[in-house]
Amino acid sequence: MISLPIYLDNNATTPMDPRVLETMLPYFTAKFGNSASRNHAFGWAAEEAVDYAREQVAGLIGAHEKEIIFTSGATESDNLALKGVFEMYQDKGNHIITCVNEHKAILDACKHLERLGAKVTYLPVQSDGLVNLQQLEAAITEKTILISIMYGNNEIGVIQPVKEIAAIAHKYGALFMTDATQAVGKIPVDVQADGIDLMAFSGHKIYGPKGIGALYVRRKNPRVKVTAQIDGGGHERGMRSGTLNVPGIVGFGKAAELCRLEMEQEAKRLSAMRDRLEKSLLELEESYVNGNVTHRLPHTTNISFKYVEGEGLMMAMKDLAVSSGSACTSASLEPSYVLKNLGLSDDLAHSSIRFGLGRFTTDEEIDFAIEQTKNAVNHLRVLSPLWEMFKDGIDLDKVKWVEH
Amino acid sequence: MAYSDKVIDHYTHPRNVGTLNKDSNQVGTGLVGAPECGDVMRLQIQVDQNHVITDAKFKTFGCGSAIASSSLATEWLKGKTIDDAMKIDNMDIVEELALPPVKIHCSVLAEDAIKAAINDYRSKNGMQPI
Repeated sequence: MISLPIYLDNNATTPMDPRVLETMLPYFTAKFGNSASRNHAFGWAAEEAVDYAREQVAGLIGAHEKEIIFTSGATESDNLALKGVFEMYQDKGNHIITCVNEHKAILDACKHLERLGAKVTYLPVQSDGLVNLQQLEAAITEKTILISIMYGNNEIGVIQPVKEIAAIAHKYGALFMTDATQAVGKIPVDVQADGIDLMAFSGHKIYGPKGIGALYVRRKNPRVKVTAQIDGGGHERGMRSGTLNVPGIVGFGKAAELCRLEMEQEAKRLSAMRDRLEKSLLELEESYVNGNVTHRLPHTTNISFKYVEGEGLMMAMKDLAVSSGSACTSASLEPSYVLKNLGLSDDLAHSSIRFGLGRFTTDEEIDFAIEQTKNAVNHLRVLSPLWEMFKDGIDLDKVKWVEH
Repeated sequence: MAYSDKVIDHYTHPRNVGTLNKDSNQVGTGLVGAPECGDVMRLQIQVDQNHVITDAKFKTFGCGSAIASSSLATEWLKGKTIDDAMKIDNMDIVEELALPPVKIHCSVLAEDAIKAAINDYRSKNGMQPI
């Protein structure tokens, strides 16, 4: 028996693992102390729990525990990294290199910094979603202080050549930051092997709680510093003040440990299911996978079903929780910028669905998803004037459309 | 965003999906919207010698509200004279389907499609487009 609806939107957020919840519970009640209370047992218990969780989180990414700064989530970590580096290293330069397909947390923080005098280069991506390394290197100037390129993309799952990018950054004395929210816990991420100087990630994408995240800040070779963006008490080595979210941190730690132990097996299982889903859906005529399929997160696929519109399609996939690159509202008729940056035409971007599998996805759920998606696409194609025109051999690019 | 029951009903059981012979003088065709905007509606009417709409068909590429708006339009068109059909206002569709503000453009598109279909019929039959 499967229960409906089926959750296939694990790039948006993941359900919390029951083992994580169990670990957290005492820290809401009996062990409620403030980890900064240094003079009684309640504080000590909280501090001990935070220290342990910090080791667990560090262990997942090959870091030292002192290099983990707890934040409220990846958006805050992205902001702290970009704004904190810009402020700390302004004597060295004001140039930041990032990429057009970054998450809005990076792009909007960069826009903010531009108003404060930063020069930001937004690198394009190739049609498969990867950054061109020659272009990246050519964009570096004497003023470049930071290169910020995401690890795995949230919409298409494409994994950037992080190690190569870090090497290029270091060759020119720039720092390398990566938003690894989608990658950490899903694929092996090692800050030492990859040469990462700063890295943002969060709890709720790895079967942990929401409202907790971390910024990895390298302590040696080079020693990286960021100017705090939240002041008040000097917590987290002065980089992020505020009473620590002890239950959240405990949960984040447990979630990280489970990923470290189970990730390899889980990735194999998820990629096998993802590949099966993808292969079946590609049996539908005029359906296409978006982004590079080799350098890709194991649990994600993004498929365009030509001649049907994503939002309408999702309505027919009523028992599946997925997301679409289409945004059919009067406020924004713009489809996903990530897909458009791959060079997809607007109509293909409007026709896309992202499937994000997760730890609790089953084979039966994938069977159901395949059937319902196929039925939905076929239902909507019967309704689609574009499908009929395509079938009649009409070149849609040559039709004079009446835009409204 | 939750859809109204009427939108879901039209979306799940769309009325009058199909194609009329666009080359016939008795048929008016309206094709509005654009694929890059995420909405394309094709609405067709079959009109008798008294200028009464005897049949209407649609096909729509778009969200649920766009599909429901055009499905509803075909229901309303049947039996109306082309002059009465010209008076269908997008806000009537908004009201009937309880469309939220972000979906009003779907009803506008349906109204445009009705007018385009009627004008195509008028042109074919020696009348001035309105």
